[in-house]
Amino acid sequence: MAKTLAILPPAQLAPLADGYRAAMAVKRRWTIGGLVLLAVFALLSAWAGQVDLAKFWTGLPRFASYFHDILPRLRIETFAADMAEWFWNFDGWLALLWDTLLVAYVGTLAGAMVGFVLCFLASANLTKSTPLRFFARRSLEFCRTFPEIVFALMFVYAFGFGPMPGVLAIAIHTAGALGKQFSEVVENVDMHPVEGLTASGANYVEAIRFGVVPQVLSNFVSYSLLRFEINVRGATVLGFVGAGGIGKELISSIRQFYYADVSAILVIIVGTVFLIDWLTEMLRHRLLGIEGDAR
Amino acid sequence: MSEPARTIRGLGEADRSELKRRYPQAFQAPVAERWFSLAIVVGGAALAIYTLWRFGFSPAKFVDGLDKLGIVVVLMMPPDPGSQLWHYASALAETLAIAFLGTLGAAILALPMGMLAAKNVVANRILHFASRRFLDTIRGVDTLIWALIWINVVGLGPFAGILAIMTSDFGSFGKLFSEAIEASDRKPVDGVLSAGGSDLHSFRFGILPQVMPVLMSQVLYYFESNTRSATIIGIVGAGGIGLYLANEIAQAEWQRVAFIILMILVTVSVIDWVSSRLRLAMIGRRAGATA
Repeated sequence: MAKTLAILPPAQLAPLADGYRAAMAVKRRWTIGGLVLLAVFALLSAWAGQVDLAKFWTGLPRFASYFHDILPRLRIETFAADMAEWFWNFDGWLALLWDTLLVAYVGTLAGAMVGFVLCFLASANLTKSTPLRFFARRSLEFCRTFPEIVFALMFVYAFGFGPMPGVLAIAIHTAGALGKQFSEVVENVDMHPVEGLTASGANYVEAIRFGVVPQVLSNFVSYSLLRFEINVRGATVLGFVGAGGIGKELISSIRQFYYADVSAILVIIVGTVFLIDWLTEMLRHRLLGIEGDAR
Repeated sequence: MSEPARTIRGLGEADRSELKRRYPQAFQAPVAERWFSLAIVVGGAALAIYTLWRFGFSPAKFVDGLDKLGIVVVLMMPPDPGSQLWHYASALAETLAIAFLGTLGAAILALPMGMLAAKNVVANRILHFASRRFLDTIRGVDTLIWALIWINVVGLGPFAGILAIMTSDFGSFGKLFSEAIEASDRKPVDGVLSAGGSDLHSFRFGILPQVMPVLMSQVLYYFESNTRSATIIGIVGAGGIGLYLANEIAQAEWQRVAFIILMILVTVSVIDWVSSRLRLAMIGRRAGATA
């Protein structure tokens, strides 16, 4: 088979092969340099992060046995009773889970509304005033830089324990994150409808309402649903700092070594997250399908 | 407005009834659609109101809280680390180490997992399904919960934080990598195979060059986001600046809190800047290869 390949005479081949080798050598030097740099950073981090492989190996069996410990003893002959014992506080947990979901829901809703208002001000194609745009962009940036739990810590101090600080914390972080995504969508809209509306005498708000919103609404809803999914996960741990929901119950059972409770709550959380992911994904596909938008 | 017919709007207004007759759908959506959107809006608002009622929300309490928050902001000025500057600086270094090593470790471990979960590499339905659900389960548990679990294994400290970020990102990367691999073009693989390459060759020379820029940019993106998560992982005792932040808030040392917040803000924006430059350089250099 090799006979069918035409091979260049050595005199022509040599410079080509040299060129190829030189190009590859440059590439290889870059790769090796990058890897060395990465290794140096990794070693530095390992030192700063107190990585201790010996501790890891001796602790690893504990990782496995922890999962073994938190699993309940389920026997076939007494399966129903065992399940009932495992989920002994099912109603109470469900109520707390409902709280968590509502925290995520209202937080996402409020954040999306704030983000909706600010995204137009932060978009270069709609807001010509540089100071206004600068202000809108920086406030969105500030809102999203901190994980919601930082805001939750401060709000718990100001508003007291309970789900309200959780809602506000999620709302602020969501406003920042969605506001940025929204404004990126807005900056990519077709400006012709806006020009047409302005030409026929529409003001700023009317131009946005009839020229921009119809173009972006499906994307906005899709991003909000994704953010809701993220916020459900985030809300499960807000209880760690006293901001309501199932997290409080989880951290206290972990700290007090109520093993079966830990696994029961984790099963409930993971199950709910699955369900929400599945629902929002279905909704988003339907939504984008209806609008015929390829995003 | 004295001569309405002179403007475009005026012309439209004059002809309104004719336009409405000719293009009814431009003036009003079909009845079913209108009812549907009305139902969504009403349902959504009702759920929100129910929630506020359930959480015992009242405007008076809200104003009261805002008032307290305002006092806190005043007390934060000027930001001042007190005598703790070095503790904060080393905790911040710890935070960066957690984010860096956590992301790197997760990326390295997730590459084989991503191959396993990709339909076009491992064409086994059961394996595909099982690995996808496994990754989903890991992602369903928050980083802070993983941190609590790892603390049981390696004790309090930043090492537990590294492992926690590694675990939860392993779930995310596994999913993202497998999707990137599934979206890759089949032809280079066929080319390598037909030239006599093994399966491993076809992955190394057929798939990897296509997906590498995508993977790298995802890893960098996660590094940015992990810098943020690593700032709070200390709240449960897994190392980094979060422990100090939570403590100073609990002790109402607001000037110190403000200083820590500023430190985080600066660090996060520096990391964002560096990483976005890197990402551009990486994707730009190979843009021809990946489109």
